[in-house]
Amino acid sequence: MIVLAALSLALLAGAQNPPRGNSGAAKGEQGTPNSIPALLDGWGRPVVNALKAGEKPGPAPRHDISGVWEPARGPGDGIQANGPRDMPYDGKPEHDPPYTPLGLETLKSHKALFGYAAVLESLSNDPRNRCDPLGFPRADFYQIRHTQIMQDDHKVVILYEFEKRWRVIWTDGRELTKEIPQPRYYGYSVGKWVDDSTLVVNTIGTEGSEKVWLDETGRPASDAMHVEERFHRVNQNLLELTVTIDDPKMYTKPWVALNRFPMRLQSPDYDVVEMMCIPSEEEQYYKDYGDQASGVESKQSK
Amino acid sequence: MRGKTLVVLTLAVGGLMASAPLAAHHGNAAFDVGKKVTLKGTVTEWVWANPHCWLKFDVKDDKGSVVHWVAETNNLADMIERGWSMRSFKPGDEVTVTVEPVKNGNPAGRVLSVVLPNGQTLGMAYLRTGQEH
Repeated sequence: MIVLAALSLALLAGAQNPPRGNSGAAKGEQGTPNSIPALLDGWGRPVVNALKAGEKPGPAPRHDISGVWEPARGPGDGIQANGPRDMPYDGKPEHDPPYTPLGLETLKSHKALFGYAAVLESLSNDPRNRCDPLGFPRADFYQIRHTQIMQDDHKVVILYEFEKRWRVIWTDGRELTKEIPQPRYYGYSVGKWVDDSTLVVNTIGTEGSEKVWLDETGRPASDAMHVEERFHRVNQNLLELTVTIDDPKMYTKPWVALNRFPMRLQSPDYDVVEMMCIPSEEEQYYKDYGDQASGVESKQSK
Repeated sequence: MRGKTLVVLTLAVGGLMASAPLAAHHGNAAFDVGKKVTLKGTVTEWVWANPHCWLKFDVKDDKGSVVHWVAETNNLADMIERGWSMRSFKPGDEVTVTVEPVKNGNPAGRVLSVVLPNGQTLGMAYLRTGQEH
C-alpha cells in the first residue's frame, strides 16, 4: 500500500505538470522529482516558438510555403495510425472509402497493425515492417511530423522527418507526363499556384499496391492513382493541407482523406530529429521484444 | 536485494496519468489495453533505436527468481517530444516501471511511465501540445 500511495502521488504530480510548450526556458536535465524535461530539437537545443508571446502572425507571403512545419495540434496529430485524420478506418460506414471489388479484396489481403482489422505484431505483412519506404501518398497519411519545405523558381522540395525521405514537386510549368518512365515510390509531381497562397500539387506514377499501401491500416493504392494536394498558407504561421485520392482501380470515385490538416511554422533554426527505420535495429526489436509480445516468431527475427 | 521485489499493482484509477496517444509504429493488438502493471526493477539495457526504443529490466518475483522484462516505448522522435533521451537510463538503475502488459502472459508490455532513481517521473505525455497558430 505504501508503494501504491507513493506511486500514485508521483503519477499525480506528473499529471499536474502543465505542458511546457515551446518556451525554450528549461534546461533538460532529469534532475528532481518534480522537474519537467525540456523540449529539445535534434541538436539538443531548447525549442523556441516561431512567434513571440502575444505576437500575431503576419499575412501569408505570396507564392511561398517554405519553412519548417509541424502539426499544429501537437505531435500526435500527424501520426494517423488509424488512417488519414479525416477518414480513419474505425468501422464507421461514413469513413469507408468507396472501394471497388478489387480495392476491397486488396484491403483484405493487407494485414495491418492498426485500424479496424489490425493483426498481431508478428503477423503483419506491411511492407514498412521491413523498413521499405512508405511511399506516396502514405507519407501524407502516416507520421507527418516536422516537414521542411524548400523552394526555388523551378521546384518545391519536401523533406519528411519520418524516414528522412524527400520529394520534388516541379513548379516550372511542365505538365504531368502521359507515359511515365517507371513507377516511383514517391511518384511524379507538378505544382501550380492557383492563387497567391495556394499551391495545388498533382501526383501520378506511384508504385502499385504490394509495394505501397495507402495508409497505416492497409487501404490499397494502385499504380493508376492520381493524388491532389492543396497546400494553402492561411497566414505567415499556418499551412493547411488537403489531400484527395482518385484511384479508379481501387475506388469508385474520388474521396478526401485529409481536409485542411493544420501545420504551424516552426522556428527557422529548428533542427529536425533523425528518424528512420533501420533494418538491423528492427530485427533486434523483434528478437528482444516483438516476438515476446506477440507470442509468435516473426519473419524479421528468423 | 532491496527494491527488487515484484510489485504487481493493477491500478483501477483511470486517468491517473497524463495521457497521450500511444499509437505509433507498432500495433495495439498484442496488448491488454487498459490494464496497468507496476514493477520495481533494475535496468539491464535501454535501447535507443529506430524505429522504436525499448527498456530491458530485471524484476524479482515473489519466489526470488529474476524475471527479464522488456517493454517498448515509441519511436525516439516521440520520446524526445516527451522529454526522454538516450541518457535517460543506464544499466543498474533502480526504476519503477508502469506498463500495459501483453495479453499472452509473457513479461513484456509497453511503457506508460518510469520513475527514475532520483524520483522524477518520465511519462508519455507530449511536452508540446496544440498551440495557437
